[in-house]
Amino acid sequence: MSSSPLAARREETRRALRGRRGQWSERGFRLATLVAALLVLAVVVGLGIDLAWESRDAIARFGAKFLVTRTWDPVHQQFGALPYIYGTIVTSLIAIVLAFFVGVGAALFLTDLCPRRLRTPLASLVELLAAIPSVVYGLWGIFVLAPLLRTDVEPFLHRVFGPIPVLGSIFSGPQIGIGLLAGGVILAIMILPTVTAIARDVIRAVPVEQREAAYALGATRWEVLSRVVLPYARSGVLGAVILGLGRALGETIAVTMVIGGRPQITHSLFSLGYTIAAVIANEFAEATYQLYLSSLFELGLILLAITMLLNICARVLVWRITRSAVGTVAL
Amino acid sequence: MSVTGFQSGSRRSAFATAALDRRRLVDRVMQALLVLAIAIAIVPLIAVLGYVLAKGIPGLRITLFTKLPRPVDLGGGGMANSMIGSLIMVGLASVLGVLIGVGGGIYLAEYGHGRLAAAIRFFADVLSGIPSITVGLFVYVLLVVPLHSFSALAGAVALAILMLPLVMRTTEEMMRLVPETLREASLALGVPRWRTIVSVVLPAALEGIITGTLLAIARVAGETAPLLFTAFGNEFWQRSLLKPIDAVPLRVFKYAIGPYDVWHKLAQAGALVLILFVLVLGVAARWIAGRRRLSER
Repeated sequence: MSSSPLAARREETRRALRGRRGQWSERGFRLATLVAALLVLAVVVGLGIDLAWESRDAIARFGAKFLVTRTWDPVHQQFGALPYIYGTIVTSLIAIVLAFFVGVGAALFLTDLCPRRLRTPLASLVELLAAIPSVVYGLWGIFVLAPLLRTDVEPFLHRVFGPIPVLGSIFSGPQIGIGLLAGGVILAIMILPTVTAIARDVIRAVPVEQREAAYALGATRWEVLSRVVLPYARSGVLGAVILGLGRALGETIAVTMVIGGRPQITHSLFSLGYTIAAVIANEFAEATYQLYLSSLFELGLILLAITMLLNICARVLVWRITRSAVGTVAL
Repeated sequence: MSVTGFQSGSRRSAFATAALDRRRLVDRVMQALLVLAIAIAIVPLIAVLGYVLAKGIPGLRITLFTKLPRPVDLGGGGMANSMIGSLIMVGLASVLGVLIGVGGGIYLAEYGHGRLAAAIRFFADVLSGIPSITVGLFVYVLLVVPLHSFSALAGAVALAILMLPLVMRTTEEMMRLVPETLREASLALGVPRWRTIVSVVLPAALEGIITGTLLAIARVAGETAPLLFTAFGNEFWQRSLLKPIDAVPLRVFKYAIGPYDVWHKLAQAGALVLILFVLVLGVAARWIAGRRRLSER
């Protein structure tokens, strides 16, 4: 890869240029661009330090218990993150399960089944989902999705899964539309374009020889996709899913609007819940004393840490598969 | 992969035919499911756009663009101040985001080939995945607390931070696409390196950078979460950049979760305005990108 004539030539130009660096305009320009680039670094590091510093009071007061305490009671200065962590995980899991099947299915369709002429229009339609602002999803969630869940989807799920012992309790309870399920479905729609686009990229990066070899053995199209293409793209698809999960965890406004805003831990997906991002959005401006604010900052810190970690994992996975693919194609 | 059940020699056993039929059936069913997947992916788009169009168009009155919010009894008024507020903050954020983003992108593309550049690239990617609400918290501490007030400036900085990684990485990628021969030609004429970058490489990459920037603006224009405790919102006109200011997403959020029907109608109209703004930017970006692709052919 690095031995391509173009790269060698580029390197040669660069080396020839080193001598010119002495001039002040040259140095000044370089320095200015460097400062701009370093600002990104400063923002990320600053963000982390900042949130950690602001949550010092809550960390000192509650320690690790913050993560496992179920009460969130500003009146009595008791703060625990567990209901929010629970709500965040449940809604994100619903989202990622739904978005995985639909997103990877759509990606397979776009790469391997779709007539060439429809490929770009369909792909850009799915990408258009990402352009719709969060608050608009929330609006639609309140006035269309939640009523639909209440009158049709939740009764249906209860009828189907109700009689089954464990699943039954998950799909039971008052059917009110808004709640954990609504939050999860909204998130699924919102992360769908991310999952689809990245899955499409990694699936497209699977060498065509792999597919041809399988077809030559007489495999059907689905056999090629399920036994050759998907296993080859596995780590990249996993990366797409994790990246989608990161999005889902941090998404705020749409979920705030349909989750119901009640910090509780229940086994039913129909019940009201709360997420980390949603409680920060709702309570931060009204937090009246230091410990309250500090606890909200600590929630933000938790959110930041989890999403950063997931993002880094995902990028490594996606980067590994697309980079190696680019290498083979470029040759 | 399993090859049992394939036809062997010239004779096909009944067993082999049955197995082949079964495999074909599975293939058909799974292909149909993939078609279903893409259909399901597109349904929400149509549902959301259809809903906002149907409910929002009746609310698109002149007063929406000219009047301040008023009490519900008086018809609710409009959201003129929110729109101006959004324009101010998105405009200011774009200036900041483009200046810093393009600058950083130039560094990465033209000078960045060491460990520091790799680290910056990595942090830019990390920044693009950070929840926007935590950026709001960050700017609250950075600007709102020291200045003792929510402000348009704080809102704009929050939006600029969200734009930054997008603009920076697009700039880098687009500048890398500019052929090395172009740089060499300029340098051979004795043009200094920085002039080469500014007057030769940057113009050559400009359309791509504009496309990326428009998409980044479209993304932050609809953001609500980072504005909640930076711009905060305001019922009235605000001239100062250092005082709380309204934005369309903030107002739509407030009205959508409120109890009044009048508010809901205004929220739907506001959502339509928001979507139209974002779509126009998106279409413009695509048009510029498409034009570039055509001219390359």
